[in-house]
Amino acid sequence: MTPLLSVHDISKHYGQRIGCAEVSFDLYPGEVMGIVGESGSGKSTLLNCMAGQLAPDQGKVVFDTRADGPRDTLIMSEPERRMLMRTDWALVHQNPRDGLRMGVSAGGNVGERLMAVGARNYGTIRAKAIDWLDKVEIDEDRIDDRPRAFSGGMQQRLQIARNLVTGPRLVFMDEPTGGLDVSVQARLLDLLRSLVRELGLSAIIVTHDLAVVRLLADRLMVMKSGYVVETGLTDQVLDDPQHDYTQLLVSSVLQV
Amino acid sequence: MITVENVSKVFTLHNQGGAVIPVMEHAALSVEPGECVALTGVSGAGKSTLMRMIYGNYLAASGRIEVGGLDVVGADPREILALRRHTLGYVSQFLRVVPRVPALDVVAEPMLVVGMGQEAARARARDLLTRLRIPETLWGLSPLTFSGGEQQRVNIARGFAHEYPAMLLDEPTASLDGVNRETVLTLIEEAKDRGAAIVGIFHDVVARNRVADREIDVSTFAPAAA
Repeated sequence: MTPLLSVHDISKHYGQRIGCAEVSFDLYPGEVMGIVGESGSGKSTLLNCMAGQLAPDQGKVVFDTRADGPRDTLIMSEPERRMLMRTDWALVHQNPRDGLRMGVSAGGNVGERLMAVGARNYGTIRAKAIDWLDKVEIDEDRIDDRPRAFSGGMQQRLQIARNLVTGPRLVFMDEPTGGLDVSVQARLLDLLRSLVRELGLSAIIVTHDLAVVRLLADRLMVMKSGYVVETGLTDQVLDDPQHDYTQLLVSSVLQV
Repeated sequence: MITVENVSKVFTLHNQGGAVIPVMEHAALSVEPGECVALTGVSGAGKSTLMRMIYGNYLAASGRIEVGGLDVVGADPREILALRRHTLGYVSQFLRVVPRVPALDVVAEPMLVVGMGQEAARARARDLLTRLRIPETLWGLSPLTFSGGEQQRVNIARGFAHEYPAMLLDEPTASLDGVNRETVLTLIEEAKDRGAAIVGIFHDVVARNRVADREIDVSTFAPAAA
């Protein structure tokens, strides 16, 4: 099977400092990978390098495109990469304000991505927007409200609807449940799990919450000071951690 | 179906002075389809450790663990995931689920992942929950709100939902009353009849004698004192 995403030797330095270094892995269709590590360990830098938000110093990010098979997204032309970001890729930001258009209605936020891939019929776009708002449990009668009038949790769910409406094959998520209260977190986890199962979507999730990765991710990558120190099946890494840093991380979690 | 050869396990505790604790050596067992093998030994002998290594949850330090033709010890995560999805089931002692998901969906999930239709999966889930005497009024609620025994039964229903050719059962009858214990034992017997290879840990001696064809004393795999 061809990996959906194949990352080779990605490094990014900020001056003398290491952002992330020598990261390589393959992600297959339908897989969810978690990236954990303390703050400053390079998780977000890596995610942004992969998702085309940041140019790495070296390495390759090869994506299995629908049209032309595996292509290195780092040397793609800008229009090609933008098209990818609108169709097969989705990026869910930690802060929903970074991923939403705050001055546009909720329905507009969802519809905009559809229009970007060529949808033109107002009725169809609106119907699809309503369908997705319903999937993320936002009432239909909020469709004309702006995200500014939404709570943080609703904004996050709206951001997810906006990203998933075009049926992407790969979703990058930066702390998707960070800053949400636990009941909303649970709802989001459930939603993400069923989307992965029903749409066969692959995802890379950066988080510092080990409980979230245990429920959501099949595989886990542990980062420290920019390097990947351990990888494996999520439950294996959490239950039988091999690296000293992972052992420290796992033993530091408070039991609820 | 399940073969364990010359497996050893060492825990290294980096944050506790780098203590290296060998816990198992030369572990070996083999289970044929339709057979149930019980792991025995005192608490701490390594029954669960061995079982977790078969499931790929713990990393074996050396040796070979073959389940349905895949060597779990050297396998890629995605190979182990596929094995767990289709071939190898595991009923642990604890239920671990996404909060807020109804019990019925929790039980149906393993069948949906292998591609069974919504209706068929839900029908079988309802059947299992009925057999395990979970009142219908609870099916729409998250099992996290249930009592310990009810959670254990939901866990068993989930574990037996998909007909795995190989199964690992960690104390499946613990915390169950007489009638439910009987149901679980019947489920195990049915799984054996359809050809499942089973490795189980049963503290309940009567249950063990009834379903297990052989016993393997895990304490014989203890490392020789240095």
